[in-house]
Amino acid sequence: MNEPEAAPLPERDPAQTIDVIVGFIRSQLAQTGFRRLVVGLSGGVDSSAAAFLAARALAPDDLLVIRMPYRTSSPGSEADAQLVVDALGCRTERVDITPMVEPMLGLIGPEEDPSLRVRRGNVMARQRMIVLYDRSAAFDALVLGTSNKTEALLGYGTLYGDMAAALQPIGDLYKSQLRAVATELGVPERIVAKPPSADLWPGQTDEGELGATYEDLDRILFALVDRRWTQDRCVAAGLDRSLVEWVAHRVAQTEFKRQLPPVAKISLRTPGIDHLYPRRRPGSRRES
Amino acid sequence: MRYVVALAQLAPRLGEVDANLELAAGWLRRAAGEGAQLTVLPELALTGYLLSDLVPEVALRADDPRLAQLSRQAPGMLVTVGFVEETDDHRFANSAALLRDGELIGTHRKVYLPTYGLFDEGRFTRPGDRIRTVAVGEPLGRIGLSVCEDFWHASLPMLQAQDGATLLVNVAAGPARAPGSAAGLRAIAGWHRMQDTYALLGTVAVAFCNRVGNEEGLTFWGGSRLLGADGSVLAEGPLYEEALVVGALETDDLRMQRYALPLLADERLELVRRELDRVIAERGGLEPPPEPES
Repeated sequence: MNEPEAAPLPERDPAQTIDVIVGFIRSQLAQTGFRRLVVGLSGGVDSSAAAFLAARALAPDDLLVIRMPYRTSSPGSEADAQLVVDALGCRTERVDITPMVEPMLGLIGPEEDPSLRVRRGNVMARQRMIVLYDRSAAFDALVLGTSNKTEALLGYGTLYGDMAAALQPIGDLYKSQLRAVATELGVPERIVAKPPSADLWPGQTDEGELGATYEDLDRILFALVDRRWTQDRCVAAGLDRSLVEWVAHRVAQTEFKRQLPPVAKISLRTPGIDHLYPRRRPGSRRES
Repeated sequence: MRYVVALAQLAPRLGEVDANLELAAGWLRRAAGEGAQLTVLPELALTGYLLSDLVPEVALRADDPRLAQLSRQAPGMLVTVGFVEETDDHRFANSAALLRDGELIGTHRKVYLPTYGLFDEGRFTRPGDRIRTVAVGEPLGRIGLSVCEDFWHASLPMLQAQDGATLLVNVAAGPARAPGSAAGLRAIAGWHRMQDTYALLGTVAVAFCNRVGNEEGLTFWGGSRLLGADGSVLAEGPLYEEALVVGALETDDLRMQRYALPLLADERLELVRRELDRVIAERGGLEPPPEPES
């Protein structure tokens, strides 16, 4: 009775979650007057689950899945992406970003220098964004986001890169919840089970780079954010103090990545401050 | 008797309570050096304004030793400071504390939380439900505290004047709208008109301390003012810049001012209450209260 409450993983109800997200995607399309979606597919569990969700909301012909490897991308990722495309029967394109990013990467410095990895990775992520938005214009579609809640809260993503999207179907699902949803959706087990990786350099894994397992990170984030626990309470519940402190710091440090940039208020009505409307309203729907 | 008031028109740091306590202590020592007997720090001077979900992280109990310690920085001086107050039953209020020599003399919890236009206060703090004045001893008498938007409701300062206030202290964090334009100047002129009117109609001195600095996209405009009970402007701070604005009230003048202009004494409080009761009942669709026997 006096034992401190253990820090649980976030709750899961994959079937209901899927219903909500499919309804969300459909209503966003209806509100905006679009019929189609474009999604970048790496072959990882996040983008695979996003593509599966899109396929539940749309006819296969209205979903365009784009694979965008770089020359060092793992061949395993491409094979996994192919599994998803085969399962969904949707449209797909393969765009090699290597010739697009090499000139820029050349300006940054040598590939072998580990201190340049994040900058190089950002260039690749932003190049993929450019491709996705260009294809979305050509395909008359919205770009579907693939960021999950764990990485959004940790700021583990590239601003205006992989974080850029018209809508974020899995942005409120922690990684552990997302895996359960992916399994329920029928995402191939191989994809759900493999170690998550941004695949921005050979051998990179999320958990290696973040220095913690997604399970530990999710327990801490769920306690700090959703349950509003103090850091001390997390530690009393058995979570590692240094990791708890690191996570709390990281969430605070990356707040800017989750918000639009501030506008210096000059006038009587300022976008984002006191010019506030629903994202879509009567009159903003595009004519299809 | 001359009574020196200092308005510390400062720019607090958002969310950094300890840093702001230190900052405030420095301003209090400066004010003491200027001979101030009362120093007013702005609304949320210990926390900054756009707190959102930081509210529970920066909240202090009114009896927090850090507040007492702050007021000990200037022995004998009255200090008003804005902070986020957490009550015993965990309500979070935008409060002003009145302290002297480590002792909490009074608090006021912001009654009117603007939640319109660029304001979203009602989402993060709860409104106060008391309008009182605080006895501070001679020569000043009683202070009526209020926080920013409270002044946009004339009933509040006028009630405090009826309740014996000789000085209305309003602490503010007023964000500029349309700075430099005619509309922006009108907004500031609106504040001036309110202060002038309350001093005139309440025959009461007014101290208005508004912060400066910038948070997110907002810029706070300063322009703190001290008015005598005859409406004269005794001190006025610059716009947008940090400043210690110092002026002196002449407390002996109040007696003859209130003899010459007996507005407070002439107020028909019973009549006002009766008509208010009627209006409240009618607005609620209720039977009006019975007319008093004549």
